Amino acid sequence: MPGIFKHSVFLDEEKCKGCTTCLKRCPTEAIRIREGHAVINSDVCIDCGECIKVCPYKAKSANFDKLEDIPAGKKYRIALPPPSLFGQFPEAEDVDVIIQALLDCGFDEVFEVARAAELVSAYTRNYMRKEGVSRPVISSACPTIVRLIRLRFPYLCSHVMPMLPPLEVASKMAKEEAMQKHPELREEEICTCFISPCPAKVSYIKNGIWKTKSSIDFALSMSDIYFKILPQLKKHDHLERGSETGMIGLSWASTGGESSALMNDKYLAADGIENVIRVLDEIETGHFPNLEFVELNACNGGCVGGAAAVENPYIARVRLQTLRRFLPVSRNRIDPSLSQTDYVPLDLLYQTQLSYRPVEKLDEDMGRAMLKMQAIDDLCESLPALDCGSCGAPNCRAFAQDVIMGTRSLNECIVRMREHMQPFIESFDTSNLPDSVQQFLVKPEKAEEKQ
Amino acid sequence: MADPLRFHYKVDGSNFTSAGEASVEVKKKLRQLGFSPETIRKVSIAMYEGEINMVIHARGGDADVFVYPDRIEIVLADTGPGIADVDLAMQEGYSTAPDNIRTLGFGAGMGLPNMKRNSDSMRIDSTVGVGTTIYMTILV
Repeated sequence: MPGIFKHSVFLDEEKCKGCTTCLKRCPTEAIRIREGHAVINSDVCIDCGECIKVCPYKAKSANFDKLEDIPAGKKYRIALPPPSLFGQFPEAEDVDVIIQALLDCGFDEVFEVARAAELVSAYTRNYMRKEGVSRPVISSACPTIVRLIRLRFPYLCSHVMPMLPPLEVASKMAKEEAMQKHPELREEEICTCFISPCPAKVSYIKNGIWKTKSSIDFALSMSDIYFKILPQLKKHDHLERGSETGMIGLSWASTGGESSALMNDKYLAADGIENVIRVLDEIETGHFPNLEFVELNACNGGCVGGAAAVENPYIARVRLQTLRRFLPVSRNRIDPSLSQTDYVPLDLLYQTQLSYRPVEKLDEDMGRAMLKMQAIDDLCESLPALDCGSCGAPNCRAFAQDVIMGTRSLNECIVRMREHMQPFIESFDTSNLPDSVQQFLVKPEKAEEKQ
Repeated sequence: MADPLRFHYKVDGSNFTSAGEASVEVKKKLRQLGFSPETIRKVSIAMYEGEINMVIHARGGDADVFVYPDRIEIVLADTGPGIADVDLAMQEGYSTAPDNIRTLGFGAGMGLPNMKRNSDSMRIDSTVGVGTTIYMTILV
């Protein structure tokens, strides 16, 4: 339902200058500048984090939970590090030392999301064997992509695999393991803390997805935890336990990792939100007839490119390649008797198909919507087509739509305003300007001749 | 409403990479108007295939989309070489696309059949040496 979704992108009004950088870069045109500040339309925002990444004044951030704010009642704290975290540290020679560093930061347990990712890969292979599945199957791992498809690609909703994302599977498994290991703990004393590389996963944790609540209790920022891990890495003299992930799990951190685990070469893997939108448009028009699987990541490079990741995504990827070099292909496997079947456990699947949520409609009544569109088209013709952003909309077309929808006054267009002001501009008094300037001033018509 | 909404697009024949852009634009507008996913899909496929055809065979042309509450009409007009044998061109797998286009994955001979499959009625007016105009109607 509109308005209820809690977005994680947060604006520091003090720092926001009302410049048009985020306005222009928002892939869903969800931002408007109002009274000097960037305002997000939460119905249209997909939490991709582009605005956080591009803001020159660092005015945007995501609402992560702080480690210090976890209530004392949560006695048993499980860290859920995603594979992208392991690519952040130049000092770390293997995953084990990072896991130890997390334990040294005060977590009681560490459950690698990559373990769950390996199981999700195995069950995705099974899911692909199912009859009657809409192909290409689209990965459900990136919450931004799932939301983008819900809002903009109605026909592709049925293609999205209704599989729980690895972080969710990890949280469930981690809690079950903890209950078994520590029967003395009560359920509410155990909490899972995901170390998030991006705002999208924070929104996922706060809102759930697909009408299903997340079992993850806290969403911590990868860049916050990064600075807590760093000092711990220096003193790794003992290791309580090692990593339980293989190559497949670690590879999920960057684009192509999830796909290559399917052992099926008819896949497409794309990243970067603009590229992803183009790919989805083409898939919707049926341009790729023989495609079986589509992996899409909103961030450049995949999860390593998230707004809360510290390291450059491509460097992080290289590090992960080194870290995984001597690992087994996979260390989390499903029962061999199930591995060549189409079996997927029910608790790993959402029970319904992804539903389309039309948020772009101009009017509930189609006749009125058509009148409005005609008006938008006509108004757009009369606008300067400069897409300058001074009106607070990302381009002239969006401004025309805001005007017709009644959320903005036509007077906000400064180019139109300048045309109206022309007679006054010509009579501007320049006599109060200093001589140093005056000596170079020419009359407007002379200036045109000079050009 | 008596007058339909009309969208006009110039399909640029000199730039192959821009082919398909009008289709994406129309799709967005139909979503804004509140058409069903099924209708939007049909229109965008019919439009996309038509656009590609105009770029491959006719150095571009004009695409007009007329939106009525109960139907959508697409008119694709070009001044290309024309189609010598329309029945043959309608056969699946028949294509006259040049090799350089085929290497890009086009020219499978599915364009016109796909347009027909996704529209409720389709008419082709073509004269060799003069050009081709295709009329498609998709009922809502």
